[in-house]
Amino acid sequence: MTTIDEHHEHHIVSPKVYAVIFGILLLGTALTVWAAFTEMGWLNPVVAIAIACVKATLVILYFMHIRYSSTLMKLTVCAGFFTFMILIGMVMTDYISRAWGLW
Amino acid sequence: MSSAATPEQELTLPKRNFYNTEYGLLSWLLTGDHKRIAMLYLFSITFFFFVGGAMAGLIRLELLTPLPDLMASDTYNKVFTLHGIVMIFLFLVPSVPATLGNFLIPIMIGAKDLAFPKINLLSWYLYIAGASCFVISMVNGGVDTGWTFTTPLSTHYVNTNVLTTGIGVFIAGFSSVFTGLNFIVTIHRMRAPGMTWFRLPLFVWANYAASILMVLGTPVLAIAIVLVALERAFGIGVFDPTKGGDPLLFQHLFWFYSHPAVYIMILPGMGVISEVISTFSRKRVFGYAAVAFSSVAIAVFGFFVWAHHMYIMGLSNYSALVFSLLTMLVAVPSAIKIFNWSATLYKGSISFDTPMLYAFGFIGLFTIGGLTGVFLGSLGTDIHLTETYFIVAHFHFVMVGGMLMAFLAGIHFWWPKMTGRMYPEGLSKVAAVITFVGFIFTFFPQFILGYLGMPRRYHAYPPEFQVLNVLSTAGATVLGIGYLIPILYLAWSVKYGKVAGSNPWNATGLEWQIQSPPLTENFTEIPEVDHEAYDYEWLEHKNRQEVKSIG
Amino acid sequence: MDSPVIPTPPTPAVEQAAHAAHPAHLRHHFETVEQQKEAASFGMWLFLLTEIMFFGGMFAAYLIYRNWYFAAFADASKTLSIWLGGINTLVLITSSFTMAMGVWCAETRRRRGLVLSLALTILLGISFLGIKYNEYSEKFEKHHVPGASFSVETFVNPTADEMKNEKIVALAPDLAAKTEIYFSLYFAMTGMHALHMVIGIGILTVLLIKAWGGAYTNGHMTTIENFGLYWHFVDIVWIFLFPLLYLISRHV
Repeated sequence: MTTIDEHHEHHIVSPKVYAVIFGILLLGTALTVWAAFTEMGWLNPVVAIAIACVKATLVILYFMHIRYSSTLMKLTVCAGFFTFMILIGMVMTDYISRAWGLW
Repeated sequence: MSSAATPEQELTLPKRNFYNTEYGLLSWLLTGDHKRIAMLYLFSITFFFFVGGAMAGLIRLELLTPLPDLMASDTYNKVFTLHGIVMIFLFLVPSVPATLGNFLIPIMIGAKDLAFPKINLLSWYLYIAGASCFVISMVNGGVDTGWTFTTPLSTHYVNTNVLTTGIGVFIAGFSSVFTGLNFIVTIHRMRAPGMTWFRLPLFVWANYAASILMVLGTPVLAIAIVLVALERAFGIGVFDPTKGGDPLLFQHLFWFYSHPAVYIMILPGMGVISEVISTFSRKRVFGYAAVAFSSVAIAVFGFFVWAHHMYIMGLSNYSALVFSLLTMLVAVPSAIKIFNWSATLYKGSISFDTPMLYAFGFIGLFTIGGLTGVFLGSLGTDIHLTETYFIVAHFHFVMVGGMLMAFLAGIHFWWPKMTGRMYPEGLSKVAAVITFVGFIFTFFPQFILGYLGMPRRYHAYPPEFQVLNVLSTAGATVLGIGYLIPILYLAWSVKYGKVAGSNPWNATGLEWQIQSPPLTENFTEIPEVDHEAYDYEWLEHKNRQEVKSIG
Repeated sequence: MDSPVIPTPPTPAVEQAAHAAHPAHLRHHFETVEQQKEAASFGMWLFLLTEIMFFGGMFAAYLIYRNWYFAAFADASKTLSIWLGGINTLVLITSSFTMAMGVWCAETRRRRGLVLSLALTILLGISFLGIKYNEYSEKFEKHHVPGASFSVETFVNPTADEMKNEKIVALAPDLAAKTEIYFSLYFAMTGMHALHMVIGIGILTVLLIKAWGGAYTNGHMTTIENFGLYWHFVDIVWIFLFPLLYLISRHV
């Protein structure tokens, strides 16, 4: 027996949800390509990453069922991305303060 | 009989235990039983401990004289590199988790096995595969980059077996990842009814924290090694300064793992110390929640401080300041543990059995090592002390004086549970004291040497440093003897030691409520836990009940 | 918990009854199927965390060097075909969709649907790799593979064709040399990604064969679900790789 009561319903995600998400992902791809050809200055990489993040979030939430999973799973995913951000962020404290695009 | 409550009766080993449910080599090599896998690991890491120890012996032998007269410089580089690699990846990282953790965690939480027994076995095979790569590398002439594989030395300037060793590190890393993964899932999902998080033994908390580090940190080492391998093999260079790469990037990726790695190494040891101190003071651990949370805090903060290994490597000053400040923070949870253990001892009923001797050794030596770590963490002092013998002394104090002592404490504490037999107490106490004395003589002079300016990784030094070096080598000989003696009496005890019974120490914890050695399935029925950890009153009550029932 | 009597092993009859009470795929160290499922899922997610950190190292490297050598990165990125990259992105997203459908089929016990979904996923995966191979061989021909044969000719003296079609600008030789770092990262990141896809397709093939035999449509679909997690993760990595490697500065 599990000590923690994790008897949540085994939620079966319907193909309709998958199809909608699939559609959004395709649109997102088109959007990314269009944005890449539009001059937006410093916003270009920001927009590209932002769209990629939204797509990734949708995949994680719906295709990978995190939306319907326990809090533990949600926390686990967050922990992973948190650690990734620490890696990127703290490595950047070094590079920002000594070599920002100088070479 | 497997109960220790009837001392007058002759204790015998239980008829059925995990050793004799199946026989034959394949039953060991294809086992899923976490206890058998733990024993497999125990043999392997002990073997490699002595390989690494032999390297250490060679180093100390060379350093007896100021001249580089025992081996060529390249050879010396290879010896200390392999000493580091073998000791860290093949001994320290797997020591407590893969042996004691594997054996005890399922039992301590009331489960029949780990969540993924096959993955557990895979972990051991990956360990062996990684170790084999190191052996191949050694036979082929070794590697001389230092265990830190610093670029561009490792990518461009050496002709030694960087690739083979790198592959070994990569594979051994996965062994570690899978062990950690197994522990996390097991501890979350397989606790017995009533075994809430705050009733867990602190050993479990410590291994849980270390497992988080294993899972999240090791892959970054993996990618660092892969990139070095790609650069060496195919010229796909991201660390090559001539192509515009930054060698410091390798160090960022390497130390992002290797700093949490030291916490992977020490946290399980601290878990052992919690158990030993409590048992041999007959008192619950003071501030259970503080110790539990400090384990997790060490794990979390451990991710924020890695660049304190890189202060003199070209790191930005501002970044160095940030990392220095955070390093001060990470010392706090470790200190909390030391205070809590001391408070546990206070007014406890202390007995000086061998595990307790090692635990005392740990507290003293780890404190010294930890404090010197704070000196090294602060940017100003580190500039002068880094890359000297001060660093060498610091990490040997925490790793050998700390971790290895904790490992020995754990092995001695749980030996009766794992084998069903006791080791000779007198001899074990003598060995513990010899180890402690040998350790002090080996590594304390190295603090002085480092402070006086002797660089690390050099085998020639100014003659005025010789006395301290000779002292250190003399200590190393004593230390070696101190480590050999337990091998002898522990091996002897398996056949001839006194039968221990299920609870020779009269300790709390589910592992002491089952027979020694345990059944393959650990429990005949899954326990229902209704008492806190380290509840000596509950134990007292239970013992009295048992005596009554046998009558 | 501890009885003073040495425990005797259960009689065969008792054991048989106990066995009959639970499904065949329930491992003995788990109490319930639910617990086993949760554990397997959790284990898979933890493994994916290690993958995040593994690729993360390369993303960190990319971030730094793109900032340092933006012009070189932008130029080098233009030698990649947006068409091929874009099609690959669509292929992979579709394969994620077919994989998700496969999970649904397993959950709703549709054996043929599952087999079809897995087969489609495999086909899409192979197409992805085929297009990748095409891209790699083009890079090989143009001497853009880092190492001894790397040549910066394209960037120092771009042909009129390249300047018109691919919008490649001429760079100073020392900056042009930095394109080798871009290509190092390109090959390392897409190569590692491709390796994960190869492994994924290999596992998919095994799953396909077993699914055909009905292994995953009888209530025990954990393997399909967990493999789905892996496949979606590989898709997510590509979702980031595509804009970062292919779309650096197309608007210029």
